[in-house]
Formats: sequence, C-alpha cells, structure tokens
Amino acid sequence: MAKTYQHYYVPEQSPWPIVGAVALFLLALGAGHFVNEVTRDKQGHGEYMLLAGVALLLFMLVGWFRNVIDESMGGLYSDQMDRSFRQGMSWFIFSEVMFFFAFFGALFYARMIAMPWLDGESNNAMTAEILWPEFSAHWPMTKTPGGIETTAMPWQGLPLYNTLILLASSVTLQFAHVALEQGKRLQLRLMLLLTILLGASFLGLQAYEYMHAYQDLNLRLDSGIYGNTFFLLTGFHGLHVTLGAIFLTVIWLRIMLKNHFTAHNHFGFQAAAWYWHFVDVVWLCLFVFVYVL
Amino acid sequence: MSTISTDTHQHAGPHDADHGHHHPPAGFKRWFYTTNHKDIGTLYLLFALTMFFIGGLMAMVIRAELFQPGLQLVQPDFFNQMTTVHGLIMVFGAVMPAFTGLANWLIPMMIGAPDMALPRMNNWSFWILPFAFAILLMSLFMEGGGPGFGWTFYAPLSTKYSGDSTALFVFSVHIMGISSIMGAINVIVTIFNLRAPGMTWMKMPLFVWTWLITAFLLIAVMPVLAGTVTMVLTDKYFGTSFFDAAGGGDPVLFQHIFWFFGHPEVYIMILPAFGIVSSIVPTFSRKPLFGYASMVYATSSIALLSFLVWAHHMFTTGMPVFAELFFMYCTMLIAVPTGVKVFNWVATMWRGALTFEVPMMFAIAFIVLFTIGGFSGLMLAITPADFQYHDTYFVVAHFHYVLVTGAIFSIIAAAYYWLPKWTGHMYDETLGQWHFWCSLISVNLLFFPMHFVGLAGMPRRIPDYALQFADFNALISIGGFAFGLSQLLFLWVIVKCINGGKPATNQVWEGAEGLEWQLTSPPPYHSFTTPPDVK
Repeated sequence: MAKTYQHYYVPEQSPWPIVGAVALFLLALGAGHFVNEVTRDKQGHGEYMLLAGVALLLFMLVGWFRNVIDESMGGLYSDQMDRSFRQGMSWFIFSEVMFFFAFFGALFYARMIAMPWLDGESNNAMTAEILWPEFSAHWPMTKTPGGIETTAMPWQGLPLYNTLILLASSVTLQFAHVALEQGKRLQLRLMLLLTILLGASFLGLQAYEYMHAYQDLNLRLDSGIYGNTFFLLTGFHGLHVTLGAIFLTVIWLRIMLKNHFTAHNHFGFQAAAWYWHFVDVVWLCLFVFVYVL
Repeated sequence: MSTISTDTHQHAGPHDADHGHHHPPAGFKRWFYTTNHKDIGTLYLLFALTMFFIGGLMAMVIRAELFQPGLQLVQPDFFNQMTTVHGLIMVFGAVMPAFTGLANWLIPMMIGAPDMALPRMNNWSFWILPFAFAILLMSLFMEGGGPGFGWTFYAPLSTKYSGDSTALFVFSVHIMGISSIMGAINVIVTIFNLRAPGMTWMKMPLFVWTWLITAFLLIAVMPVLAGTVTMVLTDKYFGTSFFDAAGGGDPVLFQHIFWFFGHPEVYIMILPAFGIVSSIVPTFSRKPLFGYASMVYATSSIALLSFLVWAHHMFTTGMPVFAELFFMYCTMLIAVPTGVKVFNWVATMWRGALTFEVPMMFAIAFIVLFTIGGFSGLMLAITPADFQYHDTYFVVAHFHYVLVTGAIFSIIAAAYYWLPKWTGHMYDETLGQWHFWCSLISVNLLFFPMHFVGLAGMPRRIPDYALQFADFNALISIGGFAFGLSQLLFLWVIVKCINGGKPATNQVWEGAEGLEWQLTSPPPYHSFTTPPDVK
C-alpha cells in the first residue's frame, strides 16, 4: 500500500474551519431561539441569527471548496489524497444512512410494536381497555388513540411517478459517468443536466404532494405517528435531494464553465454521484415502507 | 517492532519547502487557522481539561448539596440541571474530546504519517466544540434554567415537561455530533490510507486499533443520536407524537433509540482507554504486550456486541421476557472479551521488570478499578437483580468506576506517559505520585460507598434523601471534594511540565517501543513528511 505516499499534501493554514465553526454556532443558537419564538409566539432575533449562520456557512463552503478545487486543479493532490477523499465521502454517506436508520427504526417500532400494544396485544389487554378502548390497530394509523383523524397517502399516482423519476435520474447519472470516462463531453453535459432536471421535478412534485396532503387529505405533521413518520422521513429525504441537486449543479457548472474533470480525475463528480445514488436508495426504502406497505 | 531512520523528517517535500511548514506560525492564527495535527491535538486536550474542571465544579455542587439530608444549598430544579449538565459535559466535553486529542497527537506519529488525512476538516471538528458547549452552558442562564432532564433526556421529561432551553440543548447536541462524526471520519481515513509502508494491520499499535474501532462506532451511532434529539425537538415544538401514546407513539421508543446510540457510546468512551493501557503496561513491564492479536479480536467483538445490548438499560421499563433474556445474555457475553483484555494486561506484567512511574500507577489502578466497574456491570446485567438496582446509587457507582477510574484514569495515565514526548520535558515525578495517591484514595472514598447506599435503596438524581444514608453520603462528599482538589495537582504538574523540567530523551521511557518514540522530544512540527520504513 501507499506507494504514492512520498509527498502527501498537507494544506497550509486555512481560515475556513473557524469560519465554519462560527457559522454552525450562529446556526445552532439562532435555530434554538427561532424554534421557541415561532412556536411560542415570543419576540426575539433568532431568525436573523439563523439566517446569518446559513449565509456564513454558504460563504465558508464556497471559499473552502474553491481552495480545494484550486489545489486539485493545480496538481497538488496525489492518488493517495484522492483515496482519502473517496474514503471520507463513503464514511460520510454511511453516517447519513445511520441518520435515516433512526427514523426508519421509529417507523418500524411504532408499526410493529407500539401500535399493536396500544390495541391490547402482548399482555396489554387491560391497559388498552382502560386507556384507549376506542382504539383499533390499523396501519396507516388514520385514527390515533387520542382521536386525531387523518387520511393515508396512496402510493399510486404521484408517489409512483416520483419513484420512476428518481430511478430514471440515477440511470441518466450513470450514463453521464460513463460518458465522462469515455471522454464524450457533450453526452456528459446533457445527461448531467437531465439528472438535475429530473431531481428538480421530483422536488416540485414532492412540494405539490405536501400541499395536497395538507389541503385535501388533512395529513399533517402533527397527525399522529403516521403523519410524523411520513413527513419527517420524506422531509429529510427531500432535504437530501435538494442538497444532492445543488451538489450536482455545482459539478455541472464546473463542467460547463471551466471544463473541469477528466476521465481519470473526477472525485468531485464521483462524490456527487454517490450521494445521488444514496438518496435514490433511501427513496426506494421510503416508497416501500412509507407508501406501499 | 519497527526500525526507522529518524532523520526522515529532514527531507521536506516541495510544498513544505515552499511554505515553511516546519515552524508553526506565531500568534492567534496558529491556533485558529491551524491544520496541524499536534496543534489540534493540543487544543482538544486543553479544551477537555477545561471542561473536566467545569463539569467537576458541577459535581462539587451536587456533592455539597448531598453532604447532608435536607435541602440546603440549591433548589431541586437547579440540582437537576447540575446532574444533567455535569453528565453531558463529562461525556461529550471531557472524555470524548480528550480521546480525540490523544488520537490527533498520536495516531499520525504512531503510523508514520505526516498529519491527519483531512487536516482542515480536523480543525473544523475541534472548533465546533467550544461553541457547542458555549450554547449548552448559556442555556443554564436562560429564563427557566438549562436542561434538567438528565443526560439521557428521557421523553416525556424532555418533551412534555422540559423548559424552553430544550431547543438549545437539541441544537448544541447536533453540532457536537457533527464534530464527532467528522473527527471519526478523519481518524478512519488516516488509519486506512496513511500508514507507512510496512505498517500492516497486525503491526499497528493497539491505541491505533482501538481508535479505529471507536471511530467506526462513532460514525454508526452519532447520527442516531442526532435523529433522537430531532424527534425530541419535533415532539416538543411541532406537535409530533413519536414519544406520546395518544398520538400512536411510545415513550419506550425514545429509550430504544437513545440507548441504541447510548450503549455503543459507552464503549466509545472506554475502547481508546484499552488502547492507552495496552501501550503503557508493556513499556513499564519491559515486555511486549501479551496476546496482541487476541486484544484486537477482543476489541472488535466488544464493539460488535455493543450494538446488541442496548436494552439492558431498560429492564425495568418493560419488554417481553424473551427480549429481557436476550439482552441479559448478550450483555454477559461482553465479559468474555473484556476478561481476555484484563487477563492479557496482567499476563504482560507477569515476570516483567516492573517499575512504577506515574503512568504505570494510573494504568494499574485502571486495571483494578475498571474491573470493579466491570463486575458491578455484570451484577446489573442480571435482569432480576437489576429490578432491585435500577436507578439507585449502585448504578451511579458502577458507571463512575468505569468512567472515572476507567476512562479518566486512562486519560491521565496517557497525559503522564506522553507529556515528555509532547513537551520535551519530564514532568515532576514526586508531584505526579502525590497526584496519583491523592486521586486513588479519594476516588474510592467517593465512589465505593455509593455501592452500599445504592444497594440499600438510595435513588439517583435526587437532591434529598432518607436519614439512614446520611453518614455514607457525608463520606462520599468528602471523597468528592478531595478528588476534585487532587486534580488541581494534575493541573500544576501539567503547567510545570510545559514550562520546563528535565529534558526528555527521544525514547523517554526505557521500555517504550513504537514510531512515536523514535522522533525527537518534542517531535518536529510535521512528524513524517516522508514515510519511515516499518520493518
């Protein structure tokens, strides 16, 4: 191993990490205050702090990535550095998997264990009789033990189209990758653009679905455990699609404007692609466990 | 184990020559802008030490209130905030950053690397922490006070019955988690990718091995903690009912998700300690570590088992009998690899040419006292017995034996062991011995009687207690104050050692082996700009 070790690039001092730390500080402190202010109707400046944090974080990301891209294009990186980036990105995606795992875990627990118990299964017959005599276990839980009613989101129609759209976007992204490796730049540009457009239309349809849920189905974030898991899982997934789409757009702009990435040297592209395939896989799990089953 | 030519660091690469990497820049930029693993390691260690004293002060408040039965110094609400924030600070602010600091300092030197694999991200991981803890500490001064629901923030205490500071708690935990995940990614990538040629997996020092596994645990469970606090946030503020039966959720769900994070978390706080002790004991026994390979396998199996035992924290919460049995047996299984470790440390000392410098004293104390903590853990693992022990001071005694005389003692041992390498000066051995004996006696006075009051039924997390526990509690408090004061000696030793002292040789300790001992003391700013050859 490590034959290319000879000159591992250790970057100079950089202002970006401390800027990023201050950004996260403003973001966390601002969000903490903002949450209290919006939900408790209190006066305060949380939202400004939160926005300042987001702005500073974006500023930091642009500056930091610009440094890294300049170093990479300047030929300072070795194959070994490339491996560090690849491994780092893979472990980051693993951490994201575990984040979704927590919410899927909550969904499975609520469905397979908590709901039947509330209806008296296991040794809970008397408890159910005394606490929730009206409740009967059905998934999707359209009526909670406390009596909140809602309607389930069907999987046919829009969610199915969204599934096809995301699957198609993974395929077009794969075509873009092949094109990059074969040096077909035009195909690369078109396929990547198509991927981004598919991602954007997914997000548009998702937004439409949310409006539909709130206005027509009375399916809300606070509609009991079904609405909770529905909105947090699809919401965090949508957030990740948004990030992934921004990531791909930056890559696309680098290709269009600066003609970056070669057949052999394209970690940035690769990382964005991995991330995109990851959100795709999460969606498939979502589609099966949140919508269909 | 390895031979290198120690002058390899003289051959700077082209970039190093350009930018004058061999001397740290002066002034505040050195610390705020740094990309150097040693500077970042130092920052982590100093931060952890600061947090150790802040968290320690909170423990003093707790012990002062509990010195006598009745309410005398603080309000119950504030008492709860002290136990909560004491726990959070010690876990996330003292023990974890101290281990990360040691990882930063030592892993590149131990595997023959120039630095960590991702140096800028390394600095970001560190600088998030002071801000995260600033938020947590600030929340104590909010109207309504800081978090008071215990470091485990069980729902519905943290959802229905908590104050406005909960949102700040949630977001500070979020950014702490980001910091830990980035730090762990950096450690894993460094170990996978930056080992010197010839440093094969089974030649890696055990500290590197244990940290590799710890980093894996961190990446696997910190996101789960992030998910947990997110659900607490939405339950409290946005009307979800993950932990509310009326909406179809379940407060027990909270405990499952939390402890799925929480149990691997306790191994995150002890595996690097195993690595430290496995470095120190062979040095002062002047013998190679007994059973190196079995140590690696034992560490890995402890890590794997840690994902299968979380519900032993929940025996009294209620679950089907087969689940209680499953978690009981899995938990007891952990005693096997842990026993292998303790056996190996003792076997390493067997017929060694032992000397008892301060690091070795703390390491031996670790072996004995951590084992006591392990045994009380075994008692707690027995489901029917746990029905009796649960939420009593017996549990407090148990986890303080594994965390204070376990994790913290190993960190102190590591500090004494590597301080001469880091600073180039020997620490004051006499003062160090005073520190050790004062700590050892006071820590046992502090935590051992907790077993008795716990078995007799004194519940944890209360500001007042029945008269029958008064004598033991007075003793415990005296032990607590003495242990707290003893740590001022530690501070004195560190400051004195940084400022001067007998110059340390490269090897520092007669029996020390490994790449870090072949560098100068203090080591060059960038350890190995070209890799050493490990034979």
